[in-house]
Amino acid sequence: MNSLLASAPMGPLEFSVPVIWALLLATATILYVVLDGFDLGIAILFPLFPEEHQRDLMMNSVAPYWDGNETWLVLGGGALWVAFPLAYSIIMPALYLPMIALLLALIFRGVAFEFRWAAKPHHRKWDLAFTGGSIVAAFAQGVVVGGLLQGITVTNGRFGGGTLDWLTPFSVFCGLSIVIGYATIGAAWLMMRTEGEVAERARRLARPLFLLLIAVVVIISVWTPLAIPRIAERWFAWPNLLLLSPVPVLTAAVAFWGLWAIAKGRHNQPFFAAVVLFLLAFAGLVISNIPYLVPPTIDIWQAAASPSSQVFMLIGTVLLLPIILMYTGFVYWVFRGKLRTGEGYH
Amino acid sequence: MQNLLSDAVLLARIQFAFTISFHILFPAFTIGLAAFIATLEVMHTRTGRPHYDRLARMWTKVFAVSFAMGVVSGIVLSYQFGTNWSGFSLIVGNVVAPLIGYEVLTAFFLEATFLGILLFGRDRVPRWLHTTSAILVAVGTSLSAFWILAANSWMHTPTGHEVRDGIVYPVSWFQIIFNPSFPYRLVHMLNAAYLTTSLVVLAVGARYLLANRHIEEGRTMMRMGVGMIAILAPLQLVIGDLHGLNTAKHQPAKVAAMEAHWDGSKPAPLVLFAWPDREAETNHFEISIPKAASLIITHDPDGLFPGLKDFPRDERPPVAPVFFSFRLMVGCGMVMIATGLLGAWLWWRKRLFTTTWFLKFVAPQWPLGFIAVLAGWMVTEIGRQPWIAHGILRTADAISPVSASSLVVSLSAFIVVYTLVFGVGILYVRRLLVKGPPTKPAHAEALPNRPLSAAQDALRGGAAEGARS
Repeated sequence: MNSLLASAPMGPLEFSVPVIWALLLATATILYVVLDGFDLGIAILFPLFPEEHQRDLMMNSVAPYWDGNETWLVLGGGALWVAFPLAYSIIMPALYLPMIALLLALIFRGVAFEFRWAAKPHHRKWDLAFTGGSIVAAFAQGVVVGGLLQGITVTNGRFGGGTLDWLTPFSVFCGLSIVIGYATIGAAWLMMRTEGEVAERARRLARPLFLLLIAVVVIISVWTPLAIPRIAERWFAWPNLLLLSPVPVLTAAVAFWGLWAIAKGRHNQPFFAAVVLFLLAFAGLVISNIPYLVPPTIDIWQAAASPSSQVFMLIGTVLLLPIILMYTGFVYWVFRGKLRTGEGYH
Repeated sequence: MQNLLSDAVLLARIQFAFTISFHILFPAFTIGLAAFIATLEVMHTRTGRPHYDRLARMWTKVFAVSFAMGVVSGIVLSYQFGTNWSGFSLIVGNVVAPLIGYEVLTAFFLEATFLGILLFGRDRVPRWLHTTSAILVAVGTSLSAFWILAANSWMHTPTGHEVRDGIVYPVSWFQIIFNPSFPYRLVHMLNAAYLTTSLVVLAVGARYLLANRHIEEGRTMMRMGVGMIAILAPLQLVIGDLHGLNTAKHQPAKVAAMEAHWDGSKPAPLVLFAWPDREAETNHFEISIPKAASLIITHDPDGLFPGLKDFPRDERPPVAPVFFSFRLMVGCGMVMIATGLLGAWLWWRKRLFTTTWFLKFVAPQWPLGFIAVLAGWMVTEIGRQPWIAHGILRTADAISPVSASSLVVSLSAFIVVYTLVFGVGILYVRRLLVKGPPTKPAHAEALPNRPLSAAQDALRGGAAEGARS
């Protein structure tokens, strides 16, 4: 196994293809986080919308898309395995319990989309499954990110740590942050896609949620470098401090933009502000860890699959991804426009 | 320590077997169902007869519930390669992972996205686009089968690769995808999926006729079900035979276990029943037809094929589960052939809808395809043991460094959640089918102030009807 980690002489192909795959993996991840983020977010907000018809409308606002949105998670996992099998084979066992919790939670969330209607008028239990599943799924995703950030013990090319290595105050806080983040983008989605009392209530919720999200982003940005020296080094060493300063500056600007848009009652802008905020947070995450895929030991070149496997899959991805994005966009276009209370797709 | 490790292997295997067995039920049903719905939509467009539309609506609701269960149980599997089988992921990842990747890119997005239009777009898009969406969903489910079976077949009959430093590297992608067992396995499984759906459709049609309701729909389902089964069930026998010959060539130990054939130096009898004993290397209570297995496997009554004793003990699969599952699968297949031929004969005599004993014979047959599919997968997967990738990697060497205690937690959680969630889901499907096709005009479903999903409307009515009866 040690030979896997030995550095071999690298040709241009061996250097560049893993970089392309890392970019694709990042793209799939951020698409998943934004797209399934609002699906999970509206479910997290369910308890704050007590009326059945409000919940019907909220669920209908994402029902045609949720399955496609969740597929980005499958693509993310698949891409990690295809392009970086060593990283996949270390990360998954290291984060075993949160991963299993995520998968089980997504079962409750996913079936609730159909079962809730099938069970009516006895649908309360599936409301609960929808919300509970979404909260646990979001929390587990945060824990996975936190667990990865704080580092994974690798021994001879395998996961060498303990069952509960991932469980720290930091990873738990990351879990909470994702729940708050998804709830925020969920509220913004409802402002954009619904009308009437649901949109109005979402707007009232969006302001405290957005403030909470900003607080969480600030806390994580301080906590991460304090807890993890290599990340402090990355951000505060000269000239990185100057070169990377646009990230926090932009984040602050977007935070004000989002709050302003909510206060003004804009329909679409809060959603896009939340998306940009997600993008910036993700950029911060990537900057903190480049070039590691399994911090702090395995980088994208060490983890890379054989060039033949990476290229074979890359050809398919380059051909198919634009088509997927096209028909995904088409479905969003078919179901465009605002939903009013009591309206559904039939 | 050794004890603990062997426990972890067993627990991981049970967890994978449990989660994949539950999962396969849904694709086995939805692959055929998607094609059935697409056919109904096309028939409606061509003939304009409204009962095709009513059937399409009902089965789309069933599809929605079943497909949701297939999606969520499928995601578990795609991540379980890493969480539980990290040795497998690393050692054969260069070859297997891209095949799964292509499944995501060509199939998952296609079916997930156009499902949105199929379920919710009926009144938002033109008729032809709705029908096209149904067809694209059907194409997606079959493409998914193509890639997952390519990956699985490679694990049985690996070709097109080389092994360096214990890691598998691709040499020829064409040989990897079109490995020797792939064409047989793909056709066998797709045919099984269509049979499974046809049996459910036939059973539901027969139940409607027996209950004297939804007559027109019931007759159409009977005709379509019998027509499919009369052709596909005998065809499956031929495909199965060809697949068996292919297995005999590439995985002789599996065939020896299927036939409980120990001594390869003599022609093999066809064992109808026996209790195979792995320790004593013999069968107890054997009832068999002399030389018949040799005739089937080698197409020569005096032909020889390897027996289990020709393989080292640590390269033999477990015999009893393979042997019994194989008999169960073949038994189901025989019932299907009888159903197809009897049905076709009654149809020809114009007595298909009035022969009560036949209706009563097929009404309970809805689970037959599912049982056969599960039994067939048991045969092929247990028959591959002790290998996870035949001749390359043993199952015991493929697991993740995850503690047995974590596995106990996850396995228990899977059992509880799957039983609960998918048990309830199957009940909901049953309710949809008991309720039957919509009886009111199509536009009545679209009244304002009535939030709707694919399944809601019929079930509300179904609950009401249940309360009445």
